[in-house]
Amino acid sequence: MKQTFAIGIGGAAGQGVATPGDIFAKIFSRRGLNLNAYNAYQSIIRGGHTLLTIRTGPEKVTNMGDRMDLLIPLNQDTMDRHLQLLTADAACIYNADTIEPGTAASGVQLCPLPVSELADITRNKVAQNTLALGAGLHMMGIGFPALEEALREQFKKKGEAVVAENVGVARAGYDYAAAHFQAFANPLPKREKRYAVLSGNTAMAMGGAAAGVKFYCAYPMSPSTGVLHWMAAHARKAGIMVRQVEDEIGVINMAIGAAHAGVRAMCATSGGGFALMSEGLGMSAMIETPVVVINCQRAGPSTGVPTKTEQGDLWQMLGAAFGDYPRVIAAPLDIGDCFKLIPEIFNIADRFQCPGLVLCDLLLSEGRLSVDPKDLDFSPPVDRGELITANGAPSEESTNGGYKRYKITDSGISPRAVPGVPGHIHTVATDEHMEDGVLISDEFTNPIKRRAMMEKRMRKVAGIEAAVPPPTLLGPRDADVTLIGWGSTRGVIEEACEILNDEGISANQLQIRWLVPLHGEAILEILKDSRHTIIVENNYSGQFARYLRSETSFVPNGHIRKYDGEPFMPHHIVEAVKEQLAGQTKLSVPMHEITV
Amino acid sequence: MATVAQRASQLTLADMKGKVDPDWCPGCGDFGVLAAVQKALVELRIPNHNVVTISGIGCSSNFPGYMNTYGMHTLHGRALAVATGLKLANHELTVLVTGGDGDGFGIGGNHFVHSMRRNVDLLYIVMDNQIYGLTTGQTSPTSRIGMKTKSMPFGNIEAPVNPISLALAAGATFIARGYSAEQKHLTELIKQGIEHPGFSFLDVFSPCVTYNHDNTYQWFRPRVKKLEDDSAYDPADWTAAMEKSLLWGEEIPIGKFFERTDVPTLHGAEPVLNEGPLVHLEPGVPPDVARSFIEELM
Repeated sequence: MKQTFAIGIGGAAGQGVATPGDIFAKIFSRRGLNLNAYNAYQSIIRGGHTLLTIRTGPEKVTNMGDRMDLLIPLNQDTMDRHLQLLTADAACIYNADTIEPGTAASGVQLCPLPVSELADITRNKVAQNTLALGAGLHMMGIGFPALEEALREQFKKKGEAVVAENVGVARAGYDYAAAHFQAFANPLPKREKRYAVLSGNTAMAMGGAAAGVKFYCAYPMSPSTGVLHWMAAHARKAGIMVRQVEDEIGVINMAIGAAHAGVRAMCATSGGGFALMSEGLGMSAMIETPVVVINCQRAGPSTGVPTKTEQGDLWQMLGAAFGDYPRVIAAPLDIGDCFKLIPEIFNIADRFQCPGLVLCDLLLSEGRLSVDPKDLDFSPPVDRGELITANGAPSEESTNGGYKRYKITDSGISPRAVPGVPGHIHTVATDEHMEDGVLISDEFTNPIKRRAMMEKRMRKVAGIEAAVPPPTLLGPRDADVTLIGWGSTRGVIEEACEILNDEGISANQLQIRWLVPLHGEAILEILKDSRHTIIVENNYSGQFARYLRSETSFVPNGHIRKYDGEPFMPHHIVEAVKEQLAGQTKLSVPMHEITV
Repeated sequence: MATVAQRASQLTLADMKGKVDPDWCPGCGDFGVLAAVQKALVELRIPNHNVVTISGIGCSSNFPGYMNTYGMHTLHGRALAVATGLKLANHELTVLVTGGDGDGFGIGGNHFVHSMRRNVDLLYIVMDNQIYGLTTGQTSPTSRIGMKTKSMPFGNIEAPVNPISLALAAGATFIARGYSAEQKHLTELIKQGIEHPGFSFLDVFSPCVTYNHDNTYQWFRPRVKKLEDDSAYDPADWTAAMEKSLLWGEEIPIGKFFERTDVPTLHGAEPVLNEGPLVHLEPGVPPDVARSFIEELM
């Protein structure tokens, strides 16, 4: 078992859960520790219940884990909901003035802070949070200077008096813990490493900037809004035009307009906004103007559960827009991959002049992960494909009338001239058209021409397939069980496999990143040796299982599904695998034990 | 002349003709609009390759295919959104958006309003025939009350939208109405609309000879009165323009209702474009800026 340490901070929205969370994250990452943070919250600005889980450790940490080592409840409600999650050797730090602890399991250390004695609560409304920060860090074996530095940065804009006040309160908590609470058995280690801590939304926005995106537009929608926020805040430094548009229909069309002029254009939304973009995707495919669209899935259908995660939009993406057309769909595997994937999918979309779709989800979009700064490469390979720009060389058919925007080629790719380039005037049309762009309905609706143009576009599919690598198997080939997942479940399935292996059940993992093209043959080749196959996904109907079957006829031995809005925890998968290997069921739906 | 980056030495009407001839019904008002647009571009000497004509869907939206400019025949109602993105990515291009009343005021109504308040620098020409033509004759957002169509066979009971008043309220900075049978007047309005820095809205009466038997050439001819003939009329006066926009019946004004040039265009207000059009900027982020983005996260 890997050594990790998890903190839960809970309270009502507006009570200040985020700030101590940010400070813990900063201290851990600067200590050279990995971390993963997941915030369970509701669609409410003040009130409700929020539980932020930060899990850290010297090895890779990919998910919230199964165990909470330290609970910091900022109100009674949090204490009542979560104290029972704590098991032996865990601790709970709370404000003794306002919160009754309830009954804890044996071996759980209750750590009451006499907040009004330690701080002037009339001056500092969040004194309990700062005291708990100080007390918690002492118990983790972290020296006070790390906290002082983090507090200084956090409050420096508010002036020296506020900094001094907060450092003093934190110190009081730190010292109180030294005198009254027992430290954790394993102090948090320190490593010679530094990480960047970022959300998937920030990663995708930065990935866009790295890919050379010059135009980003969006309509705010949880959980995708973070992409807009990063883009808007960094637009001027990054030289990116960022627009907030009246609706998602406007968003996709505006992005396509900018892309048509010759820049890389991107937009992000969630399932509801993506539904509105559907017709626009068809246009991107038909006029062969590439655009990249990110869908950050949340629990649906309809408004659904706006602040909760799900992998429920796969079929919406597969079927978005009517008619047949080439498209690319990829699901990032973790927050670092959110960055890396964007330049990759832009290269594919540009080369094949088709829409590139990124299927992310709330878990990655709003979760946070420590990432090695080396993995945030701002000089990725950029391939704009066969693009004729004002600065490029004129084509051999550069006289007016000679240029054929939709020239029929073996690859299906026709060199794309952007408006403003002399000698390449043409009209693109969402109507079916001929090689020169003229509508076939303007002449005669000609079945031969229609067929030729349809086949030209669809020939790009083979090229896309060759440009995208097939998935690979992680772990021993002859394992007892093969767990198949896609996108954001990579980390939690990987950890479940480690636990299973530790417990004597050998497990391997097939994680799908490129959904379209799927590489069905390669998947079948991998799975033909598997002894027992289980598909793990965060939705009700097994959307990926149904897709895999439709593409390959493959039917797994079992399924693990979750559709309660919360992500998988490793033990959910471990226990489900055990019950399925014992023949008890073919469909496990783990119960989420944390009520948030 | 904020919108015209470059002038050609000489152009003729033949230079403006597209690859195919219009397939509109004989007598359609759109022929007059096409001729006036081509004439305006010739007179303004804008090089063809620097013009993009963008349309939605409908009879009049076939327009870009009849022009020898870059063209985009997009989705129903979405031309303005596409045009906004294109203009922001390369503001040196002259952008013309063409379409019908259903396309612009019906399915595209949201983009119409927001494009005007943004003051996107383009000319939007609506060929307003007060009917849906390509779908064979249904009520449109500008159909008059009582008008009988296939979709409202007992007469329209919904009040029509007033495009001029709507444009005034939404903040368009150039607002005019033309009549396709008044060629010289229409050409002049198109030239002014192209050269106006900001959103130029031009509503053009373009009679549908096949499906609209109420608002015919015979109906319009005695009613249209040019605002330019009234020397007291001041297009800088928004309130006067709003009053004029409400006139309908025996007298229907055409001409320039309103213009102001003191509002920044969308691309003019955006500092990211200070270095030139996006399409000409170096892609990616300089290494020092990239480092600062990562440092923020550490």
